[in-house]
Amino acid sequence: MMSGDLAMLLRRAGFGPTAAELAAAERVGYSATVERLMAPVGPDRGAARAPIPVLGPDAFDDLPNPTVEERTRAEALRIEHSDAIIRWWLDRLTVADHQANEKLLFFWHGHWATSMRKVGSPQFMLAQHMKIRSSPSFRTMARKLVSDPALVYWLDGQLNTRSAPNENLARELLELFTLGIGNYTEQDVKAAGRALTGWKTDLSHPENAIFFPADHDSGRKTILGTTAHFDAYSLVDHLTDQPACARFIAERLWFRYVSSTEPIAASTLRKMVAAYPVGMRMLRVLFEDEEFRSARHRVVKQPVEWLVGALRQLRIRPADFSKQTLHQVVSGLSGLGQVPFAPLSVGGWPSGAAWLTSAAAQARLGFADLLAGLTQIDRLNPEELANLLAVETWTNRTYLVLQRAKNPRQLLTLGLASPEYLVN
Amino acid sequence: MDTVTRRRFLLASAAAGGAAALATGGMGLARLLDTAGEDDPEAAGGGDKLVVITLYGGNDGLNTVVPYADAAYHSARPELAYEPERVLALDDSLGLNPVLPGLKRIWDRQQLAIVLGVGYPRPDRSHFRSMDIWQTASPQAPVATGWVGRWLDGVDAPPEAAVSFEPVLPPLLVGETRVGACVSVDGLHLPPGIDADTVAALGQAQSGESSLHLRAAESYRDFLRADEIVRQAAQADLPPDAAGLPPLPATATGGASALAAQLALVTRCVEAGVPTRVYSVSLGGFDTHADELVGQEWLLKQLDEALSAFVQRLAVTKAGRRVTVLVYSEFGRRVRANASDGTDHGTAGPVFVLGPAVAGGRYGEQPSLTDLDDGDLKATMDFRDVVGTLIGSVLHADPAQYLGGYQPTPLPLFRVSL
Repeated sequence: MMSGDLAMLLRRAGFGPTAAELAAAERVGYSATVERLMAPVGPDRGAARAPIPVLGPDAFDDLPNPTVEERTRAEALRIEHSDAIIRWWLDRLTVADHQANEKLLFFWHGHWATSMRKVGSPQFMLAQHMKIRSSPSFRTMARKLVSDPALVYWLDGQLNTRSAPNENLARELLELFTLGIGNYTEQDVKAAGRALTGWKTDLSHPENAIFFPADHDSGRKTILGTTAHFDAYSLVDHLTDQPACARFIAERLWFRYVSSTEPIAASTLRKMVAAYPVGMRMLRVLFEDEEFRSARHRVVKQPVEWLVGALRQLRIRPADFSKQTLHQVVSGLSGLGQVPFAPLSVGGWPSGAAWLTSAAAQARLGFADLLAGLTQIDRLNPEELANLLAVETWTNRTYLVLQRAKNPRQLLTLGLASPEYLVN
Repeated sequence: MDTVTRRRFLLASAAAGGAAALATGGMGLARLLDTAGEDDPEAAGGGDKLVVITLYGGNDGLNTVVPYADAAYHSARPELAYEPERVLALDDSLGLNPVLPGLKRIWDRQQLAIVLGVGYPRPDRSHFRSMDIWQTASPQAPVATGWVGRWLDGVDAPPEAAVSFEPVLPPLLVGETRVGACVSVDGLHLPPGIDADTVAALGQAQSGESSLHLRAAESYRDFLRADEIVRQAAQADLPPDAAGLPPLPATATGGASALAAQLALVTRCVEAGVPTRVYSVSLGGFDTHADELVGQEWLLKQLDEALSAFVQRLAVTKAGRRVTVLVYSEFGRRVRANASDGTDHGTAGPVFVLGPAVAGGRYGEQPSLTDLDDGDLKATMDFRDVVGTLIGSVLHADPAQYLGGYQPTPLPLFRVSL
């Protein structure tokens, strides 16, 4: 029981523990493991092996009217850049020792849910990622992101001017990023939209959107009962100060880390709200909470969690992938419905049973076989496989299936595809 | 576990048992479908089916349905324009590309509806984004569900209700709680050494498991079931009107995995009574930035051969006469040719709706070639009006419910009501 408790903690706090990490956790116990996860000592030596890629300028920067050849070249370069940041992030998730940090960053990526498919520029996506990475507090993060070019472009902020307002960014800011439905009115959305006017994106400036005062509506706005000359930053400060925002962030963390179907328990919510706005502190409260430890709730692994957990356990590094393998892995993730930097909508990734479709079942079998083929394991039995994948125990069903395997590759494929391995 | 899930779960268990039996020469399609226990699929419009053909890459609409009589067409793309005497004239202003004689015959039989100038507000010229927009029918904001997927949600459909014969499930068939099945044309794709029996065993429920574990197991059985239903169609007893017919050729221009093979499989499924309501098939390669004439003609020829044989065959059987086909691409191309004898990403294009029940003819307005939006055609029809018509007439559902609240203007695309 104790061991199961710990394995669940490691699986949810990070991307799938190795047998060594699980054994280390068992030696020190639950509380010390939470401490190590939440406040790791020293720099992340593993992550240091995955330095942030330097992309150079966007391929379409300085190409206002490209010829066909220029366009073709620029498109190819963008694909290279996009490959580079996907490869880097998957690699970083795999080699990082500070797993809880990386997992929380992945959570925030799904929270702000910005997709390269519309944004286009890998430079914009990487810049957004770095802003999230450098913001331990949600309040700081929201302040940085409200003028982030990727987010602004994703939600049509560059079309939002005093003379022609576009409410898209304002609405999602209230509904999906800070307050949640029911905690604001349509009047608040309109007024917030006015506060956000005047920002435009420029491919030469991935760090920040550019403010055009002439397009900004500097008049007084009443938002959630307060009247002021709100601009983007004072708006975000105002929103992230709301008690509703602290509750909303706590609920979102619960949704991803504990259960996407059961609501958060009132006592858990209270304690997490008290730890707002620092995400890591909120998580610590959650992991120490009885509701979490009881293991009453289940979450389905997201495809990236499933992949990175397997890579960690099988000691495979995306940095070592050939270009072809990288493309196979990305298309595997696409078949499962989750490609990093490309959520399908601003609503973020699906959850729970939505990952468990018949089409995903087929894609997963092929993907598991691909991963199993990247390892060199000469001998493996079902017990060793459980240890390798940090699965507490196989059901009779799966155990019988595993016995059909004729070699380690088949055994691994079946283990990675097993229902036990898909649900945390 | 709620009642619906439980019911499906029990049924799927039966089907998984069936898949295992099949591997040793067991049960046929009829029994496989009987285990579904669904209501009579022929009742209440259940026999009406939609085949969605996606042309990936952005098909050049102006060289598909050619405005041959418009001088502006010839002056904008002198190297790419078709001379009036070469096109297959539909009337005194429009003609089909010369490599589309099969579609011309269907037009002459008045079973091909050509909807002109179809697009959406604020066109996006990215392949990915524009294809997402067509498949999710949500031009205003990215959403995670396709319009067929939302219909699957709405009717709580089994996985085989919508089947894709493409390598990866398209967003079109993804709903929030229901998702279509993905079946490969050339047989079950499983890793080496892992057979259907093993997958079926992995899909067995284990007592005491959480509902999510059970769902994970069920997904493997659903996958085998959808595949099995399609495979069994090849051996099923056919109704008398289809029994004597030869199978449609699965190879044509373009090779075995191309559109012809996908449509041959659709034909078989339709004639065998497979209860799938929506099929998604595709043809790719339309991104003709250079040397367009050769490339596009090669692709349109494949489309013409496969599609005209398919539609001709549909008319022969009772089940086939209830099938309607939609052909679209994510955008058209720019009016003016580029310097490489190709065209760059554009906007609106023609959409085809065809089948035995379709009222052939022109719909909508051909966009002007001189009143342009930054060099691109201005759409004269919102694609959601076409999609909405099909949701209403073929799926017999309320279009607005599945189009994010968009109220489509229905088009009179059907000669007989399905």
